[in-house]
Amino acid sequence: MNAPSLALVVVVVALVAVGVYLLLERSLTRVIIGLVLTGNGVNLLLLVAGGKAGGPPLTGQTPPEDMSDPLPQAMVLTAIVITLGMTAFLLAMAYRSWQLTGHDEVQDDLEDRRVARRAALDRAAYEDVDAGTEPESLDEAAAEVHDETGDVGGRS
Amino acid sequence: MTPQLGWLVPLPVVLPLFAAGLALALWRRGRAQGVISVVALSLALGASVTLLVAADSGPVVAELGDWAAPVGINLVADRVSTLMLTVSFAVTLAVLVYSLAQGVEDDNAETPVAIFHPTYLVLTAGVADAFLTGDLFNLFVAFEVLLAASYVLITLGGTGERIRAGTVYVVVSLLSSLLFLAAIAVVYAATGTLNLAQLALRLPELDPGLRLVLQVMLLLAFGIKAAIFPLSAWLPDSYPTAPAPVTAVFAGLLTKVGVYAIIRTQTLLFPGGQLDDVLMVLALATMLVGILGAVAQNDIKRLVSFTLVSHIGFMLFGISLSSEAGLGAAIFYVTHHITVQTALFLVVGLVERRGGSTSLDELGGLAKAAPVLAVLFFVPAMNLAGVPPFSGFMGKVGLLEAGVADGRPLALVLVVGGVLTSLLTLYALVKAWNKAFWQPVPENLRPVRLPRRMVGSTAVLVSFGVIIAVLAGPLYGYTERAAVLLRDRGQYVLSVLPDGQRGEGHSADTTRDPSAQAASTPRDVTGEGVTP
Repeated sequence: MNAPSLALVVVVVALVAVGVYLLLERSLTRVIIGLVLTGNGVNLLLLVAGGKAGGPPLTGQTPPEDMSDPLPQAMVLTAIVITLGMTAFLLAMAYRSWQLTGHDEVQDDLEDRRVARRAALDRAAYEDVDAGTEPESLDEAAAEVHDETGDVGGRS
Repeated sequence: MTPQLGWLVPLPVVLPLFAAGLALALWRRGRAQGVISVVALSLALGASVTLLVAADSGPVVAELGDWAAPVGINLVADRVSTLMLTVSFAVTLAVLVYSLAQGVEDDNAETPVAIFHPTYLVLTAGVADAFLTGDLFNLFVAFEVLLAASYVLITLGGTGERIRAGTVYVVVSLLSSLLFLAAIAVVYAATGTLNLAQLALRLPELDPGLRLVLQVMLLLAFGIKAAIFPLSAWLPDSYPTAPAPVTAVFAGLLTKVGVYAIIRTQTLLFPGGQLDDVLMVLALATMLVGILGAVAQNDIKRLVSFTLVSHIGFMLFGISLSSEAGLGAAIFYVTHHITVQTALFLVVGLVERRGGSTSLDELGGLAKAAPVLAVLFFVPAMNLAGVPPFSGFMGKVGLLEAGVADGRPLALVLVVGGVLTSLLTLYALVKAWNKAFWQPVPENLRPVRLPRRMVGSTAVLVSFGVIIAVLAGPLYGYTERAAVLLRDRGQYVLSVLPDGQRGEGHSADTTRDPSAQAASTPRDVTGEGVTP
């Protein structure tokens, strides 16, 4: 009876899907774009929750049964402002990360690094020691074992 | 009913927010900022204590802007929320004094006052709003307020390590907020309201499958914030890098806000305990995985962070029993845990200051070098582990008793798991004690005098934890009455919507929705809260 537009639903699905894909990336910039897209998708979902669009909800101007629901619109406005603020903060963080490390990739957490070090230690045990490979530090080995970003070295 | 106290209810939110603005305006005057913060938090604490006493005789409701309840936003101060409010303001005040002393000592290198004070006040306002609100969307806003403040606090100073840890924290928190917002959208689409009391009336009319989806979505969003096991990986990595007072207040309050939101929604919106078995399994996993993580740590800050995750499991255990005894014990445990965990993080901050490191390998001999510090560590550590004279013991006994009384096999497994977790907590903390406080004093230990006010505020918080044990009788009675109120949803609904339709504020009656007229009256709900 009060069905929302199907087009909006499709847009919500598309935005959230693309957003989640980008969220899984390592680069903070892409994560931010992913969060913005997902955020907009969810905001749109909130709008869809209000039901069919109607006239402006002012008594005297629109008959009550033709009014659109003003409450979700007020909530969406709040949510948009919040998303904007958070995006600004995240961008500042990405910039600071770039200032400090020269890239904006989300780095491993300490526990991951430690697990990777153990894995590197284990690998050394069954590798051929006489193969003539350059002896590398444990941290470099850990980075090689774990890092998904591809470029080994050059990071702290 | 004490309607004349309604004006007090918004104060714990308004006072810190107002003070935050004032502190920001006076950013050049550090001393004035300190005075403003202390005064604002003290006044808010006073208001909370008054509400705590008033709420024992019935929930105090404030309708903001005098708009009637389901349309307007309302704040509800009942037993649980005022208890949380009082404990959290007491803790934030102690941490504020600690950080002021640290700021004076370090010349504000760790906690730059111009940013620190306004943000800290906004954080407390957000926490207070989350405890008080009677509206789901307002709860979301409260979460955003406290999270936005926490983002700034966790990256304070913008060093490499904090940016690294902060990135994970911010992205995970934002994701949980998006989940929460999506849940709100679906709840609104399904019921046409976000007022908690009205939701309590309308949700039972929904299709059980849809209701389960809503319950799971909300649990997921709050589970990330409360750091329940599969969703807890962000916590032990991000908390330890922040300055000591910030970590302390995060550990004490932010996860508990998530636990409180779970308690509120599970009891008020989704009674009947459909997901109790799932919650029990999650509680067990949180307790065991958390504490095993703590045992493996060699850094005292990370060790304490892991115990925090582990002990969230105890609270979830109490919630998942969905009995008055379990819920009462869980609320008591939250109260105990807020104070003891905050105190422990403050002490760890002092340990780092005195010993020059947080690595257990480099620390040593502190019991001889700083005997007062040793006492300050020993008391909350034993309290957390649940050694008898302290409040942790009473909270755990309450939970175990409730678990045995429940009698289901899974509950009994949880009882065993809880005892095991307590023992492992004791093991982890004794290990930390042995390595940091016994052992020979390292040669390079520099003689650092600990600032008296930092030690003093920590001591106050530690003794606050002990006082909880002394006052455990009345307090436990209060939490049990709070649990009874939580399970009796009719009283909450009646105090918000006296006639089952609208609150007591003034707004033109524009609801012409016939389904709203046909909605069940609160009398129907009264009996439903009690499951056989």
